[in-house]
Formats: sequence, structure tokens, C-alpha cells
Amino acid sequence: MKKKKTNPVEQGKGVSKRAAADSGIPDRYNIGITVNGEPREFMVGKDVSPWHTLAHTLRETLGLTGTKIGCDDGACGACTVIMEGKPILSCMTLTVECDGKSITTIEGLADPKTGALDPLQQAFIDHTAFQCGFCTPGILMGAKALLNENSSPSEQEIKEVLAGHYCRCISHYHVLEAVTAAIRKK
Amino acid sequence: MSQEYRFIGKATPRKDAADITTGRAKFINDIKLPNMLYGKVLRSPYPHANIKSIDTSKAKKLPGVKAVLTYRDVPDWKMGNPPHLRILDSRVRFVGDAVALVAAETEEIASEALELIDVDYEPLPAVYDVEEATKPDAPQLYTEFPDNVLPPKAPWFGPNALQNIIIGDADKGFKEADIISKGTYAYENIPNPLPPEPPGAIAEWEGPDTVHVWLSSQGPYFDRLTLYYTLGRKVDVKVTACQCGGSYGSKGTSFPIILQAIVLAKAAGSPVKLCLTKEEHLSTFTLRLGSRIHGRVGMKKNGTVTAIAGEWLVNTGYYSAITQGQVAVGCGEAQLMVRCKNWDLKSKVVCTNRTSSGWVRGFGGQELICVLIPLLTAAMEKAEIDPVEFFKKNFIKPGEGYYWRDGNWWVSRVVDFSRAMEKGAETFGWKRKWRGWLKPTTINGSKRTGVGVGVLGNADVGEDISEAYLRLDPNHTAMLYLSICEQGTGQRSSLCKMAAEVLQIPPERISIIPNDPSLSPYEFGSVGSRGTYAIGSAVIKAAEDAKQKLFEIAAPKLQASPEALETKDGIIYVKDRPDKSIPWRAAMGVTRTILGYGRFEPDFSLCNCVMTFVEVEVDVETGKVELLNVVNATDVGQIIDPPSLENQLNGCIGSAGIDSAVFEESLFDKANGRILTANMIDYKWRTFAELPEIRNVILETPFPSHRFGAVGVGEIVTAPGPSAVLMAVSNAIGKRLYSYPATPDKVLSALGKIKG
Repeated sequence: MKKKKTNPVEQGKGVSKRAAADSGIPDRYNIGITVNGEPREFMVGKDVSPWHTLAHTLRETLGLTGTKIGCDDGACGACTVIMEGKPILSCMTLTVECDGKSITTIEGLADPKTGALDPLQQAFIDHTAFQCGFCTPGILMGAKALLNENSSPSEQEIKEVLAGHYCRCISHYHVLEAVTAAIRKK
Repeated sequence: MSQEYRFIGKATPRKDAADITTGRAKFINDIKLPNMLYGKVLRSPYPHANIKSIDTSKAKKLPGVKAVLTYRDVPDWKMGNPPHLRILDSRVRFVGDAVALVAAETEEIASEALELIDVDYEPLPAVYDVEEATKPDAPQLYTEFPDNVLPPKAPWFGPNALQNIIIGDADKGFKEADIISKGTYAYENIPNPLPPEPPGAIAEWEGPDTVHVWLSSQGPYFDRLTLYYTLGRKVDVKVTACQCGGSYGSKGTSFPIILQAIVLAKAAGSPVKLCLTKEEHLSTFTLRLGSRIHGRVGMKKNGTVTAIAGEWLVNTGYYSAITQGQVAVGCGEAQLMVRCKNWDLKSKVVCTNRTSSGWVRGFGGQELICVLIPLLTAAMEKAEIDPVEFFKKNFIKPGEGYYWRDGNWWVSRVVDFSRAMEKGAETFGWKRKWRGWLKPTTINGSKRTGVGVGVLGNADVGEDISEAYLRLDPNHTAMLYLSICEQGTGQRSSLCKMAAEVLQIPPERISIIPNDPSLSPYEFGSVGSRGTYAIGSAVIKAAEDAKQKLFEIAAPKLQASPEALETKDGIIYVKDRPDKSIPWRAAMGVTRTILGYGRFEPDFSLCNCVMTFVEVEVDVETGKVELLNVVNATDVGQIIDPPSLENQLNGCIGSAGIDSAVFEESLFDKANGRILTANMIDYKWRTFAELPEIRNVILETPFPSHRFGAVGVGEIVTAPGPSAVLMAVSNAIGKRLYSYPATPDKVLSALGKIKG
């Protein structure tokens, strides 16, 4: 989808529907987001509401339920996805803010053509780097974003990047082993 | 290593590993049914109030709203022990109690409808303290429970469920003592086990008397049974258990949410999903029990405990799900931890105006030992006894007895855990680091280190009944019919591995049916570390039974007796003539399956044990406590899956475990009855950046359990650490500090640097 020069939604952020209409922003307009390599169009006001978070849209509109909502408050990291190469909290990101952006979720981490698992996913399986598994998609996406930026982070760097991910079973130690193993295999 | 097995004791990938790492695993909130509505709960702003009037007319008119329910509209089904908690009531008993229920087409509409409900409350005085609540003039939560004291009964555990420990003659025991310590200790910071997945349920009525419920749980068969009885034995309950995003016990108390979804679905005529927000999870769901003891301990100079007496007060919040059962197990676990011939410990379970306390990993034992150990340490300190030596001497030994939760006297068949404790002490460097009571290990400027130790065991490894079916198919595969959830322990995979070892086919050739208790035999659930011994025994027996039947069919074809046969990788052969063999397919034919059955009956004569050593660093200028390293020592008989066991043991710091002595607490405002830490910024949790070093010492002395000689241990791992942390902090700062958690203000207050 062609990127708009200005994003009316960004201008109208935090503005009520009625106020937005008064200010000349149309009630309905399309936005485009590339999700796991597939371009998706949404009509704001129909497919998505201005207050919908990206986590909500991924899960409820697109059925991509691999992205988890833990706190819905930006504190637990379960909803982490990758936008334009960076890890973001999809529960703290409005869908309308993502117009023109490319997003990767846990469903898009494996090779889309061959289905081969990402080395990180394989390392998590090999090291049983999870227990209940609820926080795992978020941690995988956080770790993937880190490795995209830095192919050989130190253990301290891994810990700091993953510090925003809440894991209550305490699988942290196996996660660190798995991430380190995936780096070594690169 | 006790015995070399082909699969047991080897790391094998979890069966759900690919689903978890690709996002395909379906948790409760990932399920979407056609025409599904969303449920929301209007919650009380008052800790205690009567509902004088309630007007839902505006909410009902909001487009998209399909049902609005108040206490007048719902059946009088009751939950709890004894049954006393209604789905909705004319009285609310804590801030966050359910006042009305809404089902709507979207969550937004449901939330909007809540704001359109007008409620007129008559506020009532509230009570939060466990002792204040029992005073004659205290506000009464339930007319049926005078003085707010719950009846001391836990029918599920039998008519004589243990509620007190009365053994020998305590007066005589105190006379024999060289040292008597007495005091009041509390473990009342009510941490939240806080699984990452918020609790939730989906309900759909498939007929006038048939309801289908989707759950996040640890025991779907037992949930189904409980719901059947709660719904007056008039409704057929179908249950589908989803992947469980953490529970640590707590989701066993999801019944209020499940029933809310059930009545909304009935009223709306559509399926209803009701998942809590994290704020609701933190402020209205299950916390750890509040525990307080007024106690006395008598001890000889050599560490022999001559008497333990006192009153154990348990704060269960606004209702008791199964708290008396936790008291029963706690009383049992205390006797495993400390040998004493004279006990006079009486308990009281009390309800107060805050959210409920209940079922959390540690199940009563953690709560009791966290207040009992401080009493013991006061005596140990006077006697100058090394706590490791004390616990080693006093932990249950083979042949010794105890009253367990059923009120019966059991004689232990367990192994001697002393060796595991010694190995743990050695790995930790205890002898090098222990300098004596209230003495720091090191002093470096304002930073002081100290060490502590704790221990707990649980004989619930053999609790309750399990049944399993195992079907052999002629293509050399097997299907396990068993109703257990995967909540993180890896048990669904480990149980397949046990069957694989019996049948000598790789674990990947054994499947376990999707979680549907209508398709599988009776199963209590994977709780209390019972998965390995109790459930494992049923699975092993089912596999052995199926194998026996297979051999009986194959025997005539191989001209041998069934006893002379063995099987490996789908080939049946004569043990001493391996050349005489046929594949399963040839023995069975393609039109036959073989069904094995296994059942486990409760056995409380075995227990597990974890001793936890901790080292902390305390900054005496700032009061900050840092957990430096942890060693868990245990003997499990036989490891089933090494990474799963390591993961479980590492769990000692999470889920209302060790960190509830370091920084974790639900802060409660007694001025208005509100929980102040109802989000994940204010509720503190340990991050990747602050991990202590954890080492796990795991011995494998075969237990007299089942053919693999193993027992489970996961559940109790959170329990020995908290009191060990306070011991370590006390030693580091040279002052006794026995208040959970050891936050900087308490440390500085103990040091006399600020006013307490």
C-alpha cells in the first residue's frame, strides 16, 4: 500500500470521534499494515476502531492469537511483536498508528515459504525454554528483535533486553541458554 | 543415577513445544466460538455493604447488550467449603466483589453497560485483621459463620480431616525443654501467585440441561465433577481444558468466574467468554493465605524439639474455597519438617473483607512453616545450633509416623533425605559461609552478606485417585486417555514417556488425547506434585495391562507363554529366543485395538523434600536486600525429564515463592479495603536483569513408589525459601528480622536507623 504523506490519525490522536469529524478527519478511511509479509487493509471505523490496540486487532480481527495479552498495560511484555525491526508492545500501540508499517508476529517467525522454524524457536524447543508457555511468544519476539540488531549480544545485554518480559514459572535460565545457543549456531 | 532407562531420565522435547513456540497453543482467551459474547463484572467499591437497590434498565437498553444479571436473577448455586459463596448476592464482602454481570457483543459495550447500572449501597463496617474478625463485636460476613470462623471441616479429605496437631503431652514436653521460645509471627503479605495468563472461562449451553465449559485449570475432570454438584446435579457439564497459562494452584479456584460465564450464557442464549483483566486478577482473584501464629516451642540443647504449641490463625479473605483442606495439609507438612513428640497446635480459619486467599503452590504448608520456622530459629539461636544440622536431624525419617490430611496416622516409607541435605550444603558452601546466628558471612563497607536455610516436604505426592486408559494400535502406536492439563510442568509429555518406557516405543509414538474429561476416566488433576507418583502409577499400570493383553494375543502365535515375551519398537519377541518375533500388527491384526486400564489409590506414606539454601546481600545504608544465590537440594528417586525438573526447581523464586520474603506483597489499604498494587508496575516482580544464581542438587535414590522409583517435587519448591531469606537477612544485619517481605524500611527499622 502506498504510504500517505501525512497520517490523519496521528494528527487526530486522542481526539474523540465527534471531534475528529468536526476537525475534518473523515469518519472512515483505510489504513494498510503488512503483517507477516502479507499486506492487510483495514477501514478505520469499520474493521478497526480508533481505540483498538494492535494486540486487539492482531488477535480479534486477524485471528493471530499467538500474540498474548497479559496485563494490557505495557508492563509484562507478553504482547511483544516486531514493527519495522523493533520490538514494540502491541497492547500500547494503536492500530491506526501502524499505517504503512510492517509487523512480524510469532506466527511469522518461521520461514513463510519452507515453514522451517527460526533458529531461536528451535533452540527454545531444544532447551525446554518455557513452562506454561504463555510468555514465550513475547520473549521469542523480543529476543529476535535483539538478534536482528546485534548478532552476538552478551548475556547481560540479553538479560537487559528481556527484562520487560514477565515469566512467572521462572524459565529465565533456560531462555538464556536457548538464546545463547541460537547465537552460537549462527 | 539409579538405573539406566531408554527414555526415562533423558531430555525429550515437550509434545507441545512446537505449538508453544509458534503461537499455535490455544489458551482460554484464544478461543472464539460462533456468536460468542463477552462478559464483564460490575464490582463493589465498598469492602462490605448491602445492596439496597439496583437498576439495570439503562444498561439493558444499550445496543449490543444481551444480558444483565443481578442477585435477583441467578440460581442459588453455592461454592466454597462448606458451600456458602453465591454467584451474586445482596451483600458484597470485599472491594471488587461481584455486583452485577453483563454479556454484550463486544468487551467495550459490556464495559459501557457496567457504567449504566445504578446501585444504591448501604455501607457496612468491614474487618480485615484475622484476630479483629473473631471478636464478639466484629462485623459478620456470613450469618452462618459466627465470629467469622469457618467450620473446621474438609469433607473431600474425609470426615476426620486434620485441622489441629494434637500429639503426646505438650505441658510435659515444655517441662523437658532446655529452651523455650515463644512469640507471634505472621506471613500476611498475601502475595499473588499471578500467572501470566489472567483467569477466565467460556460457557455455552448446548441444550436446556447441558452446558459446555472451556477452562484454564489444573484438573478438568475434577472441575467437571465439582461443577456437576454445584449446579445441583441437574445439569450435564462438559469440559474442555485449554493450555493453561500458569496457575500455581490458583486457577483451581476459578469457579466464581466459571459460574458467572455459565449464568450469563444461559441468560443471553449464546456462548459467553469472561476473562479477567490483569487489574481484576490482581485485586479480585486468589492470593496466598494470610498466616499468623501465637506459638511456643520447647527444645533441648541438642536440637531435640520437645513441644510445639499454639494457635494458627488463617485469614482466607471473603470466602473459603478449600482453605480448611490447606490447613489439613499444612498440619501434615509441619510434622514432616520437624520431629516432635508433643504437639498442641490448633488452627482457626477466618473470613475477612478482602479478596480470597486460597490455593497457591505450597498449599498450606508454606504458610505454616513460614511462621513456624521463625519460632524454631529463636530456640536454635539460644541453643547455638546450626540450622542445617537441626533440619537434618528433625526431618522425617523412614519408619517414623505422622498424622496426614485425612486424620490418619501414616508411617513413612520414604528415603532418608539427609544425604540430599548434605550434598546441598556442600554445593552451597554452607560450612564456609555459616558464621553462627546473627553473624554476617562477609562485611564489605555498607554491604553485608548472610546465609539462611529452610526445608519442606509433602506427602501429597500420592494423594487422591487417578485412572488412565491406554490403547495400543496395530501400527505400533499408543493413545493415552487421561484428563490432565498442561500448566507448565511438562507432565502431559512426561507421562507419555513413562508409557513409552513400559512399551519400549519412542515417546513420539504415544499420543495423549485432547483434554476432554468426557472421553477419559477419573482423574483428580496434576496438583500437589502428584503427577509423577499418583498419575504416573495409573499410566504405568495401564501400559503394563495393555502390554500383558498384547502378549496374551501374541503368545499362541509365537508358541510361547505370555510371561516369556518382551517387546521393543513394535516387535514382540521371545526373551531367550529373540529370533522368534512378530510385529504388533501381525499379532493384533489391523482390525483390533487393545485397551489397558490403570488405577492409583491414595498413598500418604511417601513424601518429597526440598531444602533451600540462600545467600543475600544487604546494604545497611539503604536497606536493600539482594538475593545472590540459591541452592535447592532434593531427592526425587528418579528424574523423568531433566529440563522439566530443572525448570520446576528454578520456579522457587516465582509464583509467590522466595521473593515473597524479598520484595513481593499485595499492598492493602486498611482505610478503604483496596489493594493498592493492582497493576504490574506497582506489584513487584523479578526481572531477567536481577536473577540470582540458582543451582539444583538432585539425588536419585530409588523410592518405593512405582517401577521407576520416582516422586514429584515441583509444587513445594516455593516453600522453603521465604523463611530462609529472613534468616539470611537477620544474619547479615545482626538483628532478628522476621517480617515478610524484608523491604528496605523494615531492614532500616531493625537496624534502628528509622522508626519502625
